[in-house]
Amino acid sequence: MATNASALTVVGQRRKGITVGRALAWAGLVLAIVVVLVPFYWVIRTALSTKVELYANPSQITPPGFTFGNFARVLGQVSAADSIAAGGSGQPLHFWLYLRNSVIVTALTVVGQLFFSSLAAYAFARLNFPLRDKIFFLYIIALMIPGIVTLIPNYILIRTLGWLNTFQGIVAPAFLMSPFAIFFLRQFFLGINREVEEAAKIDGASLFRIFWVIVVPISGPPLATLGILTWIGTWNDYLWPLLIGPDENVRVLTVALGVFRSQTPQGAPDWGGLMAGAVLSVLPSILLFLVLGRRAINSIQFSGYK
Amino acid sequence: MSNSANAIPIRGAQRRPDWLKGWLRGETWLAWLFILPSLIGFITFIGVPAVRGLFISFTNWDLLSAPKVVGLANYQKLLNDPQFWNALRVTLYYVLLNIPLQTVLAVGLAVLMDRLTQSIFVRGVLVLPWLIPNVVVALLWLWMLDPQLGVVNQLLGVFGIGRQPFLGSVGGAMPSVAWINIWRHAGYTALLIFAGLQTIPKDVYEAAAIDGATERRMFWAITVPLLRPVLVFVLVTTVIGSFQIFDTIAITTKGGPVNATRVIFWYIYEYAFNRFQMGYAMSAAVVLFLILITITIIQMRYLRSDESDLA
Repeated sequence: MATNASALTVVGQRRKGITVGRALAWAGLVLAIVVVLVPFYWVIRTALSTKVELYANPSQITPPGFTFGNFARVLGQVSAADSIAAGGSGQPLHFWLYLRNSVIVTALTVVGQLFFSSLAAYAFARLNFPLRDKIFFLYIIALMIPGIVTLIPNYILIRTLGWLNTFQGIVAPAFLMSPFAIFFLRQFFLGINREVEEAAKIDGASLFRIFWVIVVPISGPPLATLGILTWIGTWNDYLWPLLIGPDENVRVLTVALGVFRSQTPQGAPDWGGLMAGAVLSVLPSILLFLVLGRRAINSIQFSGYK
Repeated sequence: MSNSANAIPIRGAQRRPDWLKGWLRGETWLAWLFILPSLIGFITFIGVPAVRGLFISFTNWDLLSAPKVVGLANYQKLLNDPQFWNALRVTLYYVLLNIPLQTVLAVGLAVLMDRLTQSIFVRGVLVLPWLIPNVVVALLWLWMLDPQLGVVNQLLGVFGIGRQPFLGSVGGAMPSVAWINIWRHAGYTALLIFAGLQTIPKDVYEAAAIDGATERRMFWAITVPLLRPVLVFVLVTTVIGSFQIFDTIAITTKGGPVNATRVIFWYIYEYAFNRFQMGYAMSAAVVLFLILITITIIQMRYLRSDESDLA
């Protein structure tokens, strides 16, 4: 009987009978959700605490000495003197500037990479031309080259070009292509029906027009998938923008948080300010994720099928 | 027809060889126009740098004066540097702490989701840490694991366990770093595996259940074999990523305490961008690349990634 019952639970969603195994399984899943969510709560709780109270009540569950002061400080609404009094380093944290820089870098990368990669992917999927398969093979090889191999030469190249501390320097390597994007989109283009494109061709439409007016509009889902993955990857990137753009005027949020962390006074770090900065810096990604909802999650799942 | 063409040689346009015909079609030029931007990007930032990197590794170069060719001297120095071997050992230790636990957790979570719920909320929550930059995740855990005020130590105190230094001790630093990255990646990896599980037809399980197979037996006899291609893909990419751990170390321990977390990527970073020994740093990068290629080939061979048992 017992084995019978446990076997039936496997059949799963259709049989809703509660068994010990099922209850344990749910307990495991709930535990995982708690382990994920508690740190998020703790960050927000810390960001809403004053420094003195935070150090006095390290284990209080609600924010000790509830305040929005840390956010105001990070957003630059507080003078340097008041900032130091509240436990900050007094160094300015130009949040809006770093946010702007992150948005510029990420938006340029996503738009450029998607546009140029889809052009190339379309040619690989639909057109016959000499060397096509050889070039595509090279791109597949590139897919397997880890970043460490090209990091130093690319840094030297950007430096030689005089592009250190410029947006084009940060964006350049990912702007014109990503092997994964081309590979992914080519797979999609191979799967769509040719008939409409061929009819348009007979009617005398140019190749670019066919691509732009017929192919791109029906490629929403894969383009959205790539867009989300590229957005997250670029927004979260740290090492490359740290090497290429440490200067204030092009410094992105991740780099700024790293600097903020190393500026905090020794012994008594400005945890409230750091956590407020952390919350603000991830808001855009979280909002994007909430707006796109199901599609975003399906997109991420999709990324396994390289 | 072809006979007569052979018999009477025709000069000029009609006798173009096949390869030339390909180049002269209108479509060819358009196609090249379409792929040109990507080709420029590939050549400039992947193809040429990869080859150039190898050349740089045979030189001494501080970026101020011209590079000086030194042959294999960098590699010789590298293999004689105990710090390099320490970096390799520490990196391997990290990979071993990170990958097995993360993979087991991810498979577990994926199977639980597959069996219990299709809820988009559950999946959304589990993937949440992956949306957050490494830098922020590292800061978050740096705070939570703080020896004095960290909530984890407060929590341990409730159970009567003394304060742990976590990231601040030689023994605790690397497990802490590994945990931080498991926290960020387990849910994301679970999502990839979950997508793989969804492709396994449910009637296979139903048939097995009718035949009286237990849960455990079905997991090993059905789930694991049918999931193998996805699992191999996940393992190959997470192992490669794991060997290149950098962001978390840069924010939390900076290689310390006493080299305990001085992983290979940090070693390369220090030589390249603090000491500006580009040639030496590049030789370490080449060695790391060779290690990664070897491991990937072994994984692919051993785990037979290209064959699914779903026939």
